[in-house]
Amino acid sequence: MSQQGTIYRVAGPVVTAVGLNARMYDVVKVGQEGLMGEVIEIDNEKAIIQVYEDTSGIRPGEKVENTGMALSVELGPGLLTSIYDGIQRPLPVLKQSMGNFITRGVSAPGLSRTKKWNFVATAKAGDKVKGGSIIGTVQETKTITQKIMVPPGTPETTIKDLKSGEYTVEDVIGHLENGTELKMMQKWPVRRPRPYQEKLMPDIPLITGQRILDGLFPIAKGGTAAIPGPFGSGKTVTQQQLAKWSDAEIVVYIGCGERGNEMTEVLAEFPHLTDPKTGNPLMDRTVLIANTSNMPVAAREASVYTGITIAEYYRDMGYGVSLMADSTSRWAEAMREISSRLEEMPGEEGYPAYLAARLSEFYERAGRVITERGDQGSVTVIGAVSPPGGDFSEPVTQNTLRIVKVFWALDAKLAQRRHFPAINWLNSYSLYQDSLKGWYDGNVSAEWNKLKVRSMELLQRESELQEIVQLVGSDALPEDQQLTLEIARMIREYFLQQNAYHEVDTFCSMKKQFMMLQAIMTWGDYAKKALAAGVPMTRILASKSKDSMAKVKFEADFEKYLAGVDREMQAEFKAMEAA
Amino acid sequence: MKEYKTISEIAGPLVFVRKTEPVGYQELVNIQLADGSVKRGQVLDTSDELVVVQVFEGTAGISRDSGVRFLGETIKMPVSKDMLGRILTGSGDPLDGGPAIIPEKKLDIVGAAINPHARRQPKDFIQTGISTIDGMNTLVRGQKLPIFSGSGLPHNEIALQIARQSKVVGSTEPFAVVFCAMGITAEEAQTFMKDFERTGALERSVVFMNLADDPAIERIITPRLALTTAEYLAFEHDMHVLVIYTDMTNYCEALRQIGAAREEVPGRRGYPGYMYTDLAMNYERAGIIEGKKGSITQLPILTMPGDDITHPIPDLTGYITEGQIVVARDLHRKGIYPPINVSPSLSRLMNLGIGPGKTREDHKAVSDQCYSAYAEGKDLRGLVAIVGKDALSERDRMFLDFADAFEDKFVRQGREEDRSIEQTLDLAWDLLAALPINALNKIDNKYIDKYHPSKKKKAA
Repeated sequence: MSQQGTIYRVAGPVVTAVGLNARMYDVVKVGQEGLMGEVIEIDNEKAIIQVYEDTSGIRPGEKVENTGMALSVELGPGLLTSIYDGIQRPLPVLKQSMGNFITRGVSAPGLSRTKKWNFVATAKAGDKVKGGSIIGTVQETKTITQKIMVPPGTPETTIKDLKSGEYTVEDVIGHLENGTELKMMQKWPVRRPRPYQEKLMPDIPLITGQRILDGLFPIAKGGTAAIPGPFGSGKTVTQQQLAKWSDAEIVVYIGCGERGNEMTEVLAEFPHLTDPKTGNPLMDRTVLIANTSNMPVAAREASVYTGITIAEYYRDMGYGVSLMADSTSRWAEAMREISSRLEEMPGEEGYPAYLAARLSEFYERAGRVITERGDQGSVTVIGAVSPPGGDFSEPVTQNTLRIVKVFWALDAKLAQRRHFPAINWLNSYSLYQDSLKGWYDGNVSAEWNKLKVRSMELLQRESELQEIVQLVGSDALPEDQQLTLEIARMIREYFLQQNAYHEVDTFCSMKKQFMMLQAIMTWGDYAKKALAAGVPMTRILASKSKDSMAKVKFEADFEKYLAGVDREMQAEFKAMEAA
Repeated sequence: MKEYKTISEIAGPLVFVRKTEPVGYQELVNIQLADGSVKRGQVLDTSDELVVVQVFEGTAGISRDSGVRFLGETIKMPVSKDMLGRILTGSGDPLDGGPAIIPEKKLDIVGAAINPHARRQPKDFIQTGISTIDGMNTLVRGQKLPIFSGSGLPHNEIALQIARQSKVVGSTEPFAVVFCAMGITAEEAQTFMKDFERTGALERSVVFMNLADDPAIERIITPRLALTTAEYLAFEHDMHVLVIYTDMTNYCEALRQIGAAREEVPGRRGYPGYMYTDLAMNYERAGIIEGKKGSITQLPILTMPGDDITHPIPDLTGYITEGQIVVARDLHRKGIYPPINVSPSLSRLMNLGIGPGKTREDHKAVSDQCYSAYAEGKDLRGLVAIVGKDALSERDRMFLDFADAFEDKFVRQGREEDRSIEQTLDLAWDLLAALPINALNKIDNKYIDKYHPSKKKKAA
């Protein structure tokens, strides 16, 4: 047994080596070309390796070298604005070295070795530090200052020397008393969560600017959510909206098994988007990981871990990070494909028996935490699942739902009616409602919760009434129920529907959300009163102020506009009751 | 080159060879039969003891005495610009009696993934002349948009009409069609060929034919050959290539056949677990590369077994492609051509290809409004069946009539009818005009003022 072995068998992305002294999850270099792979099973003298690159032409007898390291990512200045493949190779660098197509045998470090960064020391010799302590900063992009930390897990010690200056990520910037060299770059094995002190309760919402999410089904910072969606229900658009607008400082977007053209849309759009908060490019606070469906399957499996490790790194600096994984189903399928190549005994629908364990391990890496050094940071995970045929009973969706706390049920039927975002308000849920109530009371309005409960009741009532309407038609309903239907329709069309492509409507502040919902309910109250005063339903339905309200979502100066609507409403109902 | 006579087992499309020297994964294999003929295959699994070869032309005639040669290279395809106008077999040999292809280049057929960073975002609107596609599910250059159909439906006619009429308005860049038939009948193949000849499309086409009675395993490489040719034309000769392949269902059946022969653990409905990746390796070869003039647009056709859109083939396809055009049996029964059901149809790249400067500023709004009104009208049909039309409110009746008119005027069109995008949108406005203006809630007022027929008349 040695650090070098030979290939015994090649079957697709799975290669078996003999004579290799390896530990589980060691990274190995396979064949003459040194393709990157990872040991995923050890069977007597055979080591079974999943290879992250195409294995065509590789033959038995070629050498396999063990690097002795687990699959790791490089963490340091230069992560933001980067676009990586599943194993943290920068795609622009790959394009330079292999052209427009991804061939193989090229390794490229995740962080540039030549770029110099201006390191500003914030600690000095003699300071007491431990794992996670901040020793300096680097202005990584215009928007984000990266905090350089002592490697996690370092026991308490003092700084021996530390100097500000222009450094590359590999340069030594100082030393600890225990002899550790300090560099701006850290390496961390992707399959191991980075350490923290404790997890906090999820009591601050992640504001997304999407009405149905913030309004009805909020997610907490550090929470987990799943977006399932049969194809064509606008899942990708919803996720991109979240990436663009949510109030996390850092966005990590993992395109796992994504379509090439859609990934391009992300890659093309992101650099042009401006960050509404700073006016700088949104890319300044984004890391993109793109592993399209035709790129090697093993790298797809790794991409999710690569992403969450980067997210944890920024969390440890004290930032709020939102991580989108699109789609975890593609990730699970990659696991299934590799498992079937390993000839493992399949569990449900051919997925490996460890599917549930892997999924829960991944989602558990989310959370708002007290970091190792005692600060607060959060990683919010939003995972898309793509249930085949829209069947939610399939294993990936079911195992995901057992873990996540928020479920945004995308619905193809709504998408067909062009109700976007096509999130079904009856099937979705958020288990953070109670823990977040305090925040909404304090930061939006004490009225907010009442409005929300009332809207949900109306929507629920509507769905019951709709069943009757299906049978007898809406004219056969009593007038007050017709009014209920009308208000519910207003909530759906004026409030819940939101146009991601409209410059104003694409983001809706909490204040605007509150005022919009309030206006609809006020109209409802007026209408109820008018109905009680004997105004015929047809006249109420012909209300002009109602039509005006439909357009408020497109108005930037909504306060002025709504004040106008309010006046119109008062005058109109006064006239109605007078007639 | 060594010839091995160590075949240990032949099962279905697979040949197992023992005691070889190291053989590369996916290496090309020649198997010499007793009568001197040669069959080609590819290595599926290789180890010190055993090499598994899948034989493209079928294993009929192979015996344990047959000689096996490993060629030391993966499958390469000879390509040339002269392939335009030629008809080839599913393995890439001439079928039209013409001379052999003199290669300008030999290309690996597996096709590496395009670096996502090297892709250019598709944005050129392709006008197909079919309203349900142009108006409601717009096709753009570089997109892969499958047609989901069922047996007995006119998907081939629709594909032909698209191939015939497709153009980028105002563009004169060279355009080519690569047609890839997998397991279709000779009769269907003839329909395609006749139409190609009639319209003169053949001279700008490359045709790959794997017919129903050709070996099923050949179907595994046919689309790869077709796509390699398409990539060559698009990225080396700056052509805009439309790849039509029919029928993907037959391709997937062939995948399943190999999986079963290898005794692999089957996934859903017996299809192999890697079918998703395998399909993606084909579909993802559509696109545009930054800095190159050409493009590849794919139009795969597949028949959904039992019209079931949740079947693994359409399901996995839908997850990779950028939308789908769904051909519906009920519309076909009503005698409507093309029977495209817009409700489950979708073009994910539509928003990139429409709007001012591309189609028309009101396009998105009009399309959304038609979708929404048509869906509402269709829902009401169920109600009418129970309570009768008289019980409906005035507003509901309008929507019901809209749905009927939409199918009759907008969806229905002639097989040779080539509608411009303006005609399509104006037609939609004519139909929407039958609804009350305040029901047009998806359309911005400024477009209503500009395009609504009643306002237009006033303006005139």
